[in-house]
Amino acid sequence: MKDQITLTVNRRSHAFPAQPGETLAELLRNRLRLTGTKVACEESECGACTVLVDSEPVLACMYPAQRAAGKSILSIEGLAEEYSHAGTHGSPVRAQGDAPVGAHGNAPSEVPSLHPLQQAFIEHGAVQCGYCIPGQIMTAHALLQRNLHPSQEDLRVALKDTLCRCGGYPSIESAILAAAQSMRTGEPIAPPLIPQSASLHTVVGRTHIRPDAVEKVDGSAIYTDDLEFDGMLFAKVRRAGVPHAFLKSLDISKAAALPGVASVLTAADIPGEHNHGLVIFDWPVMIGVGERVRYVGDALAIVAAETQELADQAAALIEAEFDLQPVISGPVQARQPGVPQIHEKGNLLKHIKVRKGDLQQGFAESDVILEHTFHTPIYEHAFLEPECSIAVPTADDRMHIYVGSQIPYQDRSQVARVLGWPESRVRILGQLMGGGFGGKEDIAGQIHAALLAQSTGRPVKLLFDRHESMLVHPKRHATQIRIKVGAKQDGRLVAMETELYGDTGAYASLGDKVMTRATTHSAGPYDVPHVRADCYAMYTNNPPAGAFRGFGVTQSAFAVESIMDMLAEKLELDPVALRQMNALDVGSITNTGQTLLESVGLKECMEKVDTEVRRLTPQPFAPRPTPGAPHLMRAWGLAAAYKNTGLGGGAADKSGADLELFDDGTLEIRSSAAELGQGLVTVMRMVVAEELAVPPDQVRVLVMDTDLTPDGGPTTASRQTYVTGNAARLATQTLRNAIASAMAEKYDVPPAQVRFDAGKVHANGHSLLFAEVASEMKAMGQQPRALYQYEAPKTQPLGSGGDMHFAFSFAAQAAEVEVNTLTGEVRVLRVVAASDVGTVVNPLGLQGQVEGGVMMGLGNALTEEFIMHEGRVVTDHLARYRVPGIMLTPEITSIVVEHPTAEGPYGAKGVGEVSSIPTTPAITNAIYNAVGVRVDKLPVDQELIARALWEK
Amino acid sequence: MNLWQQFLSPRSIPEAIQALRSASGAAIPIAGGTDLLLDLEQGRHTPIHTLIDVTTIPELNALEERQGSLFIGAAVSLNRIARHPLVGQHAQALVEACDLVGGPQVRNVATLGGNVAHALPAADGTIALLALDAQAQIADGSGLRTVPLSDLFLGPGKSALKHGEELLIGFSLPLLEAHEASSFKRFMRPQGVALPIINLAVRIARKAESIAAIRIAVGPGAAIPWRAQAAEQALTGLPFDESSMSAGLEALLAHVGFRSSPLRASADYRRHLVATLFKETLLTAWERADQ
Repeated sequence: MKDQITLTVNRRSHAFPAQPGETLAELLRNRLRLTGTKVACEESECGACTVLVDSEPVLACMYPAQRAAGKSILSIEGLAEEYSHAGTHGSPVRAQGDAPVGAHGNAPSEVPSLHPLQQAFIEHGAVQCGYCIPGQIMTAHALLQRNLHPSQEDLRVALKDTLCRCGGYPSIESAILAAAQSMRTGEPIAPPLIPQSASLHTVVGRTHIRPDAVEKVDGSAIYTDDLEFDGMLFAKVRRAGVPHAFLKSLDISKAAALPGVASVLTAADIPGEHNHGLVIFDWPVMIGVGERVRYVGDALAIVAAETQELADQAAALIEAEFDLQPVISGPVQARQPGVPQIHEKGNLLKHIKVRKGDLQQGFAESDVILEHTFHTPIYEHAFLEPECSIAVPTADDRMHIYVGSQIPYQDRSQVARVLGWPESRVRILGQLMGGGFGGKEDIAGQIHAALLAQSTGRPVKLLFDRHESMLVHPKRHATQIRIKVGAKQDGRLVAMETELYGDTGAYASLGDKVMTRATTHSAGPYDVPHVRADCYAMYTNNPPAGAFRGFGVTQSAFAVESIMDMLAEKLELDPVALRQMNALDVGSITNTGQTLLESVGLKECMEKVDTEVRRLTPQPFAPRPTPGAPHLMRAWGLAAAYKNTGLGGGAADKSGADLELFDDGTLEIRSSAAELGQGLVTVMRMVVAEELAVPPDQVRVLVMDTDLTPDGGPTTASRQTYVTGNAARLATQTLRNAIASAMAEKYDVPPAQVRFDAGKVHANGHSLLFAEVASEMKAMGQQPRALYQYEAPKTQPLGSGGDMHFAFSFAAQAAEVEVNTLTGEVRVLRVVAASDVGTVVNPLGLQGQVEGGVMMGLGNALTEEFIMHEGRVVTDHLARYRVPGIMLTPEITSIVVEHPTAEGPYGAKGVGEVSSIPTTPAITNAIYNAVGVRVDKLPVDQELIARALWEK
Repeated sequence: MNLWQQFLSPRSIPEAIQALRSASGAAIPIAGGTDLLLDLEQGRHTPIHTLIDVTTIPELNALEERQGSLFIGAAVSLNRIARHPLVGQHAQALVEACDLVGGPQVRNVATLGGNVAHALPAADGTIALLALDAQAQIADGSGLRTVPLSDLFLGPGKSALKHGEELLIGFSLPLLEAHEASSFKRFMRPQGVALPIINLAVRIARKAESIAAIRIAVGPGAAIPWRAQAAEQALTGLPFDESSMSAGLEALLAHVGFRSSPLRASADYRRHLVATLFKETLLTAWERADQ
């Protein structure tokens, strides 16, 4: 007797035979192909899989499918229809026409009807990577069904455990409140209040919605795991599970003999190169017998089977024997004499040096010298979409790889060299990404899936579960930073010495680059005459460390911004005044010898923050007891930061863009730059629309396909708005010039007199639609298409004294905290964040980047810590690694400062990272100001604060 | 890996007991499953073959007044408990505890039965029930019996319920009389596992300005959910004032067995925190009892 499950999903009845172990999420996703319900953690932590069961929100990933029998399920795909049937609230809103989205209107012309919540999420910029959005909207819908007048508190309680790693909680809140208001009044969704750019462009600088926003709110957006292929196999990697050992033996016979297993591969089966890596090829695809295991996540063997269940079983049947070695668990230990060496060349990945002036002389001239050592832990990206790769062998002997990756072209070369194929046989088809933050730059499952597809001739999906994701991918470097500062009595900085240890884990990844950035930025955004910085980037037996939003500067900013406040206290100076006195400005020389010639908005950022904070609180940095609750002490704290835009250090920084005009008058802009939620696709669309004076919705964006889109370079270093933005701008100008020439020839006017205006091309009294332009150019034998390879200004390597970077972004933030002196608990109440972004391209996207940056900085300060013990991961589930939720979200005021950079598109430079960097030290400085406890080790430990206070 | 092979939905208590006894392979009752399924998935629970869903049994979903007490079925969701007017009237501590477990989605399926069966020494629902003088109803092959809640716990994560034989049916709480009230509070830390580092529930009976009777439960005060009986005795009959609070706290601290748990809290910190928690929770209950 097989049990039947009869249930209603989105108003339709279904009956299925019950399957062992099946969850409601699996039933929806696999049997009904309703893939809008996302599975992100499978441990009831994140809320992404929220659906309504008999009108109550539940987590589908941990809800047995059989329990849903006889019940009515509502998933994101059914929400708009449910709303239209509800009757009393009116009919669904149409995106078209209702959207206050800038001069041209920006909503796609064929939009399905949406629920007001979906519409509000789009218009308020609550949609970034989109992976959490179905869960957010379903949870919010359940709330509004119960309460159409929610307070901010109601809303926060309802969304308490529905995580958004892009950190867009303020926008999510304003979207839900706007939707509720619209549902109460029948009025259209009230637009968000977002300051626009001061620059005078038609499209650029005004709020625009994302091209992928609608599919991300209605559940139709496809991420890699949502794809399936005929005959697809499922893969599983057998991980080492020990941090340091030699692999003595490996027995795959039981796994290979399991019925349903199609292939089991080990290092011996690799046809091409055995290592991968982004800079240094030191990361084995699999560890061979006799070879060294360097961390728990090392791969020993890979399995492909007919079902995931079988693949998991087979991987567990693989037997390995190890010769265990002593574990190197930290970078300081790794540099001690006599310890085991993890790599042939030793434990030192790189000794990075920065030298400016004469340090001895600097300290000799100083009136005051302070020295302190700071520690930062490993941090985990916790992007909500776990890594997934699908490799599909094609009839023409190529390999297609579907993956969400930050560097598609590098994936292609890394896969090809391991398969032993030329790159041309590999095609990366980048999919929508549920966040990256630097954690999807390295290879995850791309190569393993490709090897299994190569060996079986069938498509292979390799999906990490959350546990595997947390074990395997590179993290943020843990650091120890000793900093010594010398200053004059009046506060002028004279000398700064820093010594950094960075834990780069088992493999290089981008460790050299990350720790270089940490080192060059370790004296802060200040003009210091005498600087010496030494950094030791060390291999250890921890998971590799690589790129993570902030790219090393996050760590050194915590140290330098803390000691700046310590210095201000010592000299009895205002912390803002001390920083203003020393701030980088036009004409300053950086630690690496670069003279800043333009676009240095740091002083204005600090001034704006200072003014706003003093408006809110007259003596912001003094402790204030909360009225009626004297044990709750409040104060503000301030920090500043800068961060390079672009790769720098002499690396060629290039991006290609390809623009094509089609017969129907639409355009497509293509580049393999990665969209991970940050909004590059919106920027690309807006740039084309600006240059050709067409409505943005006439422009499609295609990214991340190595067959169809030119190399956009890695999505890292806050570089894409600048580099690919410029490539798109220059490709558009090239096409525009070609159009002008063609129309000039056709209508007999000088090209300079051909005008582009209001969606048409005007030449000698003729006004042509772009569809007509396309056919006329083709009739003239010209292709209306332009490819542009943009190369950013050349930079110089560290140590050469030349310009290391072509632009820097600046930021200042103040955070107000409330510290409970009885318990040590810390709450962040308000954050004022000013960011010099050059020029704002999309204010809505910028808002998301700033809110998300602040939330990530807040997580670094208060909630997050990736804990290792002797090479083993303690925080190996999301339940043990706390990503900040909506409850912790402070009131965030974003102030935009625009100091354009001449070479940037419309003056723009990057913002993705700098918005996250000052938050952490602003919070810890505020804690000191509130209760006099200096936090020098992250994250903030409330027990240490409580102890320091009770021992006082 | 499949977390279970068979999922049964019995309609009555005898049917569930029968299913438990006759299942092929390891069998276990499941209510919300919010702890159990995670424990299975992460290898903290031995693999099982059959899940016996108790949420389909009407008796376990009952929430009503019965013979002068409040009955709460073991499979009633935490959200239903927190929103129910009878619970709000007679067991505010339980409302406060249920409202703090997990997030709203979890609370729509998580149950008080699961919270108690998991037998953690600082489970919010359990600590509230202990202060509220709850009795547990248990069914086995021979029928129903009622035991004091504290009889259900053997050690951290170890329930006295007999595996494969017994089923937790529900809880009976005495109804409040005039000038009686309860309260629950806890402290968390923002990192790591979302378990309270300390929680405390109190049920108080007030006679004018004196404490007529009091029950105090503290988690994790011992290896099992713990009652501060010395503090209860010290406070009974005293006026509600500073010196009584200090005496009560002193008695609590003299007997409590706080431990240091790595990554969560040291024993020192818990001893420090309990002072604030004790005063705040007692004051809230005391003020509520003035109605």
